[in-house]
Amino acid sequence: MSDISERVKKIVVEHLGVEADKVSDNASFIDDLGADSLDTVELVMAFEEEFGCEIPDDAAETILTVGDAIKFLEKNSA
Amino acid sequence: MRRVVITGLGLVSPLGSGYETGWKRLTSGENAAKRIDNFDVSDLSCQVACQVPRATAADGSFNPNDWMEHKEQRKVDDFIIYAMGAATQALQDAGWKPTSYEDQTRTGVLIGSGIGGLQGIEKTSLLFNDKGPRRVSPFFIPGRLINLASGYVSIEHGLKGPNHSVVTACSTGAHAIGDASRLVAFGDADVMLAGGTESPVCRLSLAGFAACRALSTNFNDAPQKASRPYDRDRDGFVMGEGAGVVVVEELEHAKARGAKIYAEIIGYGLSGDAFHITAPAEDGDGAFRCMTAAVKRAGIDAADIDYINPTGLSTPMGDEIELGAVERLFGNAAGKVSMSSTKSATGHLLGAAGAVEAIFSVLAIRDNIAPPTLNLDNPSVATAIDLVPHKARRRTIDTVLSNSFGFGGTNASLVMRRYAA
Repeated sequence: MSDISERVKKIVVEHLGVEADKVSDNASFIDDLGADSLDTVELVMAFEEEFGCEIPDDAAETILTVGDAIKFLEKNSA
Repeated sequence: MRRVVITGLGLVSPLGSGYETGWKRLTSGENAAKRIDNFDVSDLSCQVACQVPRATAADGSFNPNDWMEHKEQRKVDDFIIYAMGAATQALQDAGWKPTSYEDQTRTGVLIGSGIGGLQGIEKTSLLFNDKGPRRVSPFFIPGRLINLASGYVSIEHGLKGPNHSVVTACSTGAHAIGDASRLVAFGDADVMLAGGTESPVCRLSLAGFAACRALSTNFNDAPQKASRPYDRDRDGFVMGEGAGVVVVEELEHAKARGAKIYAEIIGYGLSGDAFHITAPAEDGDGAFRCMTAAVKRAGIDAADIDYINPTGLSTPMGDEIELGAVERLFGNAAGKVSMSSTKSATGHLLGAAGAVEAIFSVLAIRDNIAPPTLNLDNPSVATAIDLVPHKARRRTIDTVLSNSFGFGGTNASLVMRRYAA
């Protein structure tokens, strides 16, 4: 597991209060991990903070699963 | 008009979590004031507060995890967590758990707060200044709004009746219970969760209230002496935090389900001073008219009142003004009434105060005990009224008056009586 993947999953566990083993790459924030639309906004902010990057709104809208976030951050984080 | 009774109590206060814990500690003379040690107060003129004890739930301290999911706690200020604790306690105490659509739509929530999420506003404002708008959480607004205490409680318990809130400074809790009793009396709901909640203990609010010259500043090294209503050495109030919530219920509804009835709400009075933004009107006329309205609504004589829980902030002006208004109301009967400021033990819970003190007043009826006014070593004026100095007093208490007078000249009085068919 990449370092980025681990850090992403740690943030998801903390913010959504879910068990670590539920946070698979395929898990959807809303459908599988109990997030609502405000939770997803805050998750994106937490990723920005952790990885020192900016995630534009149109990109944020495409980040629906844990794997989406990892892929985006592997490409775009500093 | 339908009769309205109190059938459940929930309390989170500096004296602990749960009304039995708080009441036991109050009547045994415990004092919750401490030097603040969870944030820097070195540059503040007031360094004392009454904070909700937090640890495990076992010893009567407050454990947020008992009342709200951990991930939700992160999103809100403490006043919402306290409200969740007190509201859930009150529902459990009342044995009321509406599950049918009909019961849910007949049960509402009316929980107010004086200031709401000042801690979060302070913190987020600093973050905003430091890191800019993109770091402001989507939960910043919903986690600070005053009516979100009612919102969260309704969502947690599926309460679909009237969802309302009150913001009237230190009168909030009393107004909430009074307004809720009217909603029940008018038939808008059969059951209302009503009360107040507050979490003001942070640097910003201590600085703000100190600037108003409202806080005690002479007792930073002797915190337990700082809140001393009616005493000649009083110099301001001590800030408290917590929540009080009661279940307000239509009498026949309560009887039909065999609920225990603590007291009947028989009077509610409101008035405005129209005088000054922070100082009470010197002639005490607003206070007098407020109490008079409540007594009139109750259909009793002032002399029928056994116990008064006053505003009694421990401020130099306010205490004597209120005392004068009470003497005016009672006239020759003043010598028969007991009046104690429980803020001497809990500090001033601002928007929660009126609800917390209504709960203490109801328990005074239940147990026939007037809780004490701590630190009343030398009353600043002579009065025929029994101010219950230092120690709780056993006496017959069937009818109580609870006063809450606040910034803006907003006044509320509740009259409650031992229930009799």
